[in-house]
Amino acid sequence: MTVDRALDRDVALVDLLDRLLAGGVVIAGEITISLADVDLVHVSLRALISSVSTLVEP
Amino acid sequence: MADALVYLYAVTDAGLPEPAVDAGVDGARVRRVVGHGLAAVVSSVDPVRFSEESLRRSLEDLQWLETTARAHHAVVDAAARSGPVAPVRFATVYLDDDRIRGLLAERGAEFGAALDRVRGRVEWGVKGFAVPSAAPGEPEPAPGAGPGASYLARRLAERNRAARGQEEALAAAEAVHRELAAVAAASRRYPAQDPRLTGRREEMVLNAAYLVADDEALRHVVEQHAAGTVRLELTGPWAPYSFATLEEP
Repeated sequence: MTVDRALDRDVALVDLLDRLLAGGVVIAGEITISLADVDLVHVSLRALISSVSTLVEP
Repeated sequence: MADALVYLYAVTDAGLPEPAVDAGVDGARVRRVVGHGLAAVVSSVDPVRFSEESLRRSLEDLQWLETTARAHHAVVDAAARSGPVAPVRFATVYLDDDRIRGLLAERGAEFGAALDRVRGRVEWGVKGFAVPSAAPGEPEPAPGAGPGASYLARRLAERNRAARGQEEALAAAEAVHRELAAVAAASRRYPAQDPRLTGRREEMVLNAAYLVADDEALRHVVEQHAAGTVRLELTGPWAPYSFATLEEP
């Protein structure tokens, strides 16, 4: 069993993004410029995946 | 030049001190906007870099995403160390402080309820990976079968074994999740992480978050399954990102 202290800099980005992009209070309303919409999350994760693959497999 | 925009990290009790953190996203100073017994933890940010259009572009930039996500997390984590927090979804930006005060006025009761749900509790993440199963005895190909037939039989047996292993791991993950959820105040499942992101060859069969006052029972469950068909990894404690929602989770 491994335990990572979540405040450490070495928190896995993928674990952090699970929470930041799919967790947290979503506030929708005309006064916000919120990027909380699910579509965008998928778009950015796709980009993230392709970026990571590019980094790993040059 | 346009006025600064206001980046919102989290909402806390009004009595909480300013989060002890040097800077927030984009190196901006972190401050609070107080109202209705609540405090919004915010930063003033550049109106161009944090415009909707720029943000949509920036979110496609892995370097920017990582730096900004870690800065966002540092602020939320610092706030969570001094009391209950309701983290807000990444990249939520308001036009000005008055709009933030308006949010606290309009949704104050809901934020209060969300803070009460997580008060005195923290989030732990549990990820489970299928342990590659030891190969059970393969059926020998029928006597007299040619090399082609025995090759096919071996391939078939391998595929069956892999499928059976995956089914077993998924069933074991479900059982582990039920046990973990039973000792938690709330739980939430996330989709399995992409192996290209985790860099792991084993299949992820559990990706979940649990809200607990005390992690002892949770750790006990994880330790009990240490030798099981699912290898468990614990991450945390996290601020309650997965549980501070305005609707019931």
